Formats: sequence, structure tokens, C-alpha cells
Amino acid sequence: MAHHILTVLVENKSGVLARVSGLFSRRGYNIESLAVAPTDDERFSRITIVVDADSAPIEQITKQLFKLISVVKISELEPSSAVERELLMATVRADAASRSQVIELVGVFEGKIIDVGSEGLTVMLAGQPSKLDDFEDLLRPFGISDIQRTGRVALPRLERNTPRLRSVKGKVG
Amino acid sequence: MKLTGAQALIKSLEMEGVDVMFGLPGGCILPAYDPLLDSTIRHILVRHEQGAGHMAEGYAHVTGRPGVAMVTSGPAATNLVTPLCDAYMDSIPMIAITGQVSRPAIGTDAFQECDTVGITRAVTKHNELIMDPEDIPRLVREAFHIATTGRPGPVLLDVPKDVLQAEMTWYWPDGVDLPGYRPTVKGHPRMIKEAAQMITAARRPVLYVGGGVLKSRAAEALRALADLTGIPVVTTLMARGAFPDSHPLCLGMPGMHGNFTAVTAMQHADLLIALGARFDDRVTGRVGAFAPDAQIIHVDVDPAELGKVRRPDVPIVGDCRQVIEELVEAVKAVGTPQADRTEWIATLRRWQADYPLTYEAPEEGGPLKPQMVIETLRDACPPDTIVASGVGQHQMWTSQYWKFDHPYTWVNSGGLGTMGFAVPAAIGAKVGRPDRMVWAVDGDGCFQMTAQELVTASAERIPVKIAILNNAYLGMVRQWQEMFYDERYSEVYLSPDLPDYVKWAEAMGCVAFRVETPEDVLPTIEKANQIDDRPVVIDFRTDSSEKVFPMVAAGASNDDVLTAPGVTPARDLAR
Repeated sequence: MAHHILTVLVENKSGVLARVSGLFSRRGYNIESLAVAPTDDERFSRITIVVDADSAPIEQITKQLFKLISVVKISELEPSSAVERELLMATVRADAASRSQVIELVGVFEGKIIDVGSEGLTVMLAGQPSKLDDFEDLLRPFGISDIQRTGRVALPRLERNTPRLRSVKGKVG
Repeated sequence: MKLTGAQALIKSLEMEGVDVMFGLPGGCILPAYDPLLDSTIRHILVRHEQGAGHMAEGYAHVTGRPGVAMVTSGPAATNLVTPLCDAYMDSIPMIAITGQVSRPAIGTDAFQECDTVGITRAVTKHNELIMDPEDIPRLVREAFHIATTGRPGPVLLDVPKDVLQAEMTWYWPDGVDLPGYRPTVKGHPRMIKEAAQMITAARRPVLYVGGGVLKSRAAEALRALADLTGIPVVTTLMARGAFPDSHPLCLGMPGMHGNFTAVTAMQHADLLIALGARFDDRVTGRVGAFAPDAQIIHVDVDPAELGKVRRPDVPIVGDCRQVIEELVEAVKAVGTPQADRTEWIATLRRWQADYPLTYEAPEEGGPLKPQMVIETLRDACPPDTIVASGVGQHQMWTSQYWKFDHPYTWVNSGGLGTMGFAVPAAIGAKVGRPDRMVWAVDGDGCFQMTAQELVTASAERIPVKIAILNNAYLGMVRQWQEMFYDERYSEVYLSPDLPDYVKWAEAMGCVAFRVETPEDVLPTIEKANQIDDRPVVIDFRTDSSEKVFPMVAAGASNDDVLTAPGVTPARDLAR
């Protein structure tokens, strides 16, 4: 799916999320996922919104969002220049016959088993959303009774100092 | 100094320079009505909360200052939703104060409780539920700042009863601290320069002027730009009066019921300079066919308007007055003279001559022509008369036939198209400008929606004048059923006599007249204009078969202007 990631810095006040989500529904934009978290400055929260790229021009979405008084800053993250992560938790049926296979799968994905019952396991995995999709597909045959995903959060990729290559042209002679 | 929340609220309004407010008390807002007795603020007691909202809008329209409406919680707050939405659509600065149930009762479905902030979120520029009496001065200050700056709009403050009753320590904030709100007012210098070059070089330019020019008080700057460049001007429904109709460069109103020349000039233009206009569907017709050859310079204080409908070649975010003033200087600095536009102006003059606004003369003994009533009214009133209208045929005729030579003389509901706007808006306008004559031209359908506010006008001695163009129909709907639904008239007949408008108006304390013949039109208007101590209502019996022309059918291209019967079909001449 083609998507845009918006990280929206908002005032940490009641009703702000309703303002943002209300704007999306009123203008007919589709939200793929949405995650809210406090920031290191308690006056602000950060909302990470993944928007279906086909539902509206991203420029119009950001302009409308910015009209909300409580929205302080909007950054758009190109999926290619951002690091995105998501958390998945699932309760999977794992009886004596299948338990070891589930444990093995969790091991392969470097997930964790966070709860154990007599008939099932609750597992978690944090990682790139596409990896979570794969994990979910492979868990499904065992029988998923509950699943929750957080929606993605994202931060821009950091700039790195690439080794400088000195031009040698012109030095000759 | 210790004050109650209610005292702090009223004092804060006084600090903001509020001289009048429109409202109706009730349970939760009761505490705020007590300090009002000791305040310098004049309170106008309305008969329905919707009236308070539209009065606040009318007041804001003509004064440029935010109108204030104060009502109680629950049904009062929901009755305010229509005016809030109206003000939001037309960018009218307005402050709404609603009572709310006491803090402990919020969320319990208490008596007259509703989620006012939730309900009005989509129809206000901003709203706040005040949960701490200490916040009152700050939030009032912020509300006025938000309502009046950038793109103006309505701001609502919802105040629980116990917040009004609680004590707080009075202070008045020095300024506002809104990290998420910093409107851009100054145009980008490079864009201004580029725009100035395009303006100078354009062969067939049109200044497309919207309501933003009035909001930014840019009428004088616009006049300077038009005079400097010689570029013709169209004024949209929201901008009537921003440029004088009597000016030779004024082409009048464009759009669905705009005149042929204004509509067609935009279609043939090579450059549209959109100033505080938003390419509304009622102006553009089918967007894909709108002004196909035109480059676009789009100036608006709201960045979201740039590219929302039509992608501009030169987008300029900024306050219209400031940007227009900057454009005037930049055009002067271009160094080359304006392109030769004699042919363009000659074409426009030819269209104006060939396609005047016309209507058929009334038949002998037949009903009044509504256009004739408006023309007579216009000529019998001082030129700076403020005219308000409702929504429908009468609104279009008034916009077409009135001659607007002064800004802030036209008060109407453009974006939302709120029937019933005229009577309360005219009352609000008269309160704001008591020195001016204020007429409302209303339809019979509209009048019945909010007429009760004439009781308010009588009680408060607000001498507005109402001309009802009574054609016994929901006229605009009737027109569409005639033209697009094979004359199958469904639920549009209202009857000319039920109610009896004269008796009704008299019962509300107004002077009332009925006019049925052309000879009586002028003398009755003159009689009405003599009355200055109470409202006047005239029931004009008009021709129900009359339709608004020209017209571009909904969804049609602006190339297909339907002109009035007897005028050459437009297509032949536009080529």
C-alpha cells in the first residue's frame, strides 16, 4: 500500500485527538493507523498518522491539519527516509502438539513469549510493519484468538557522514 | 482582586472592547447574567438562540469587530450550531459563549447537558471547554485573537456553571501564547515580484475578488491596484461592495447567477488574480471547464485554499490588504508599461452592451416584478444603505440589481446558504451601524424561519426595515423544478396569505404595509424610510413565475450561460 507518514506535534490537551480524527473524517481522508504518545516536553504530544496516499493529496491534508490551533508542527516522513516500527501482540493456540512450533517461530522472528497458558501462548513482536505482517500470516494457521497492533510510529532517518571522496580531477598536472 | 468566574468572564469581554452582545439566558449560564447588570455591555435579548448567532454575524459583517452571542447549555447551544457553521463558512469573526452543566455533572447526561465542544468542533475555528476559572481571562483573550486574525471565524467558549460561580484571582494577560497558531500575513517577496510581472504582461486579465478582500479591509488597496493596472474586476457574492459597482472597471458578480460579462470574462481570461476568493463551486461551475486558458495568481491568508480546487501558478499566502499593497509597489517597479488591453476591454464592453441584466416588463394589472421592487428600493435609499438578504431568488436578485458602491453594505449568507439569515442579520447590522439605514430583502420562505426576531427589534427599538418579496413559493426550488424537473412542483407552494404578513408584523410591534400594484411600490418605500422608531415590514406581492437569470445550471460549464428570455443565446456571441 502506498502511504504517507505524518508526525504531528500537538498541544497535550484534552480533545486534540478528536480534533485531528474529526478533521480526517470530515474531509474524507483515510487513516491507515494512528498512534499517540507523549514527548519529552509535557506540553506536547506526538501523533503519528499513516495516511492512505490515494484518499487525498497529502498537501491538502497537511494544510488542513495545520489550521487546527492545537497543531504545532507537522513533518511528513517519506517511508524511504524514515525508520518505522510497530508492536504486535497475539494470543495463539498452542497445545502440546503445536507449542514447540510456535515457540520456534517466535524465535525465528526474534519475538518474545510474554504469557503462557495451558492451551495457548501470548507472543509479541516489535519491528518493521512488513515483518509484523509476515509474522501474523505465519501464526494464523495455529489459530489466533486475539491480536492487537499498535499502528506504526516513525522517526526520520538520521543523517550520516559519508566518507568524503576527494575529487582528483584537476589535480593532475 | 478576587472575582467570580462569571465576573471575570464579563470583565474579560469588556477588556476586549465588547459593547454589545446578543443572547438569551438559561440555567447553566445564569451566573454570567448577574454581573451583566453592572456592565457597560448592552445585551440584546433574542427570541431564539439562532437569532443571537445571526445577529452577531450581522454585527461583525458591518463593523469588522467580532459579534458576541451568549446562550445557555444543551438546546441553546445546539440552536447556535447553524449560525456557527454559517460564520465558519463565510469567515465571520464571532465569539460564542455557552453555559455548560457543572463540572461534576459533565458526562452524566444531566439536564440540558450536551457535548457542545464536540458538536461544534467541525463548525468553529476553535473551541474550548473552560474547566478552571483561572483560565477565563486567558481563554477569552485567545478566543478574540483567534477569531479576528488570519482567516477570521467563530470561536466558542463552553463554561460550566460551577466555573462561573467559583472564585478566581483576576488578571489580564499581556498577550497570547499559541505555539500552533501563527498566521502568515506578509506575502513572499519573490512570489509578489513574479505576480507583478505576470500582471503587467497579461493581455486578458481579470481581478477575481472574494470576501477575503473585505475581511482584510483591502477595498482601498484593491481600488489602487485596479486603477494602476486598468484590470477589470469581478466581485463574488461575498465581495459585493469591495469594489464599487459604479467604477468603469467593475464587471459585477460572477458565478451561477452572475452576469454574462463577469462569467464570460473569467472563461476567456489569460490571467485570474484571485484575491481572498476560494474558487467556490458556485463561482466556477464545472471546475474542469473553468477559465481554461487562465494562469492563476492566488492570494489568500489561509494556505489550505491555495491548490484546494485549482492549482495556482503563483500562490501567495498572506493578508489580502498587505499583499495587494505589496503588489501595487511591485507592479510600479516592473518598469514596463501594462500590456495593451484595448481589445480585451472592447470585448467586455460589447458583452456588457449585448447582455445587460434584464427582466420582462410586468403585464398590465399583473403581479409585481421582484427586480423592479429591488431597483425602486435601491433608488429610494441612501447610497450607503446596508442591505441584508436571506437565501434564494431574492438574494440573487438583490446581489444583481443593487448597486454596491461602498464596502460593508451587503450582508448575506454565502457559503452555508442559511435561509432565515436576513431578519436577525439585519438587526445585528443595525445595532452595529445605527447611523445607517438597514434594509433586509427577504423571501417569504426565509421570513417565516426567523421572523420572531422582529419582536426583539421592536422591544429593543432597533428600526430595521424588511421587504418581503412574497411570491408564495420557495422560489429557487420552484425555479429548479420548473427547469430541471419538468415543471413537477413538489412541496414548494407556501400561499401568499398564510400567514398574513401584515397582521403578523403588526403583532410583533412593527409598522406593516402590503403592496400589490406598481404605483404603490415607491410611495410605500418612502413611507417606510420615514419611520425611524420601530421596525417596518412591507409585504410585496411578486410574480411567482419569475426566474433568476442569467444562470449556469449546476454541474454545467460556465461557457453555457442561460440568459433571460429574449436575450440572444450566449453561445453565438461569446465566440
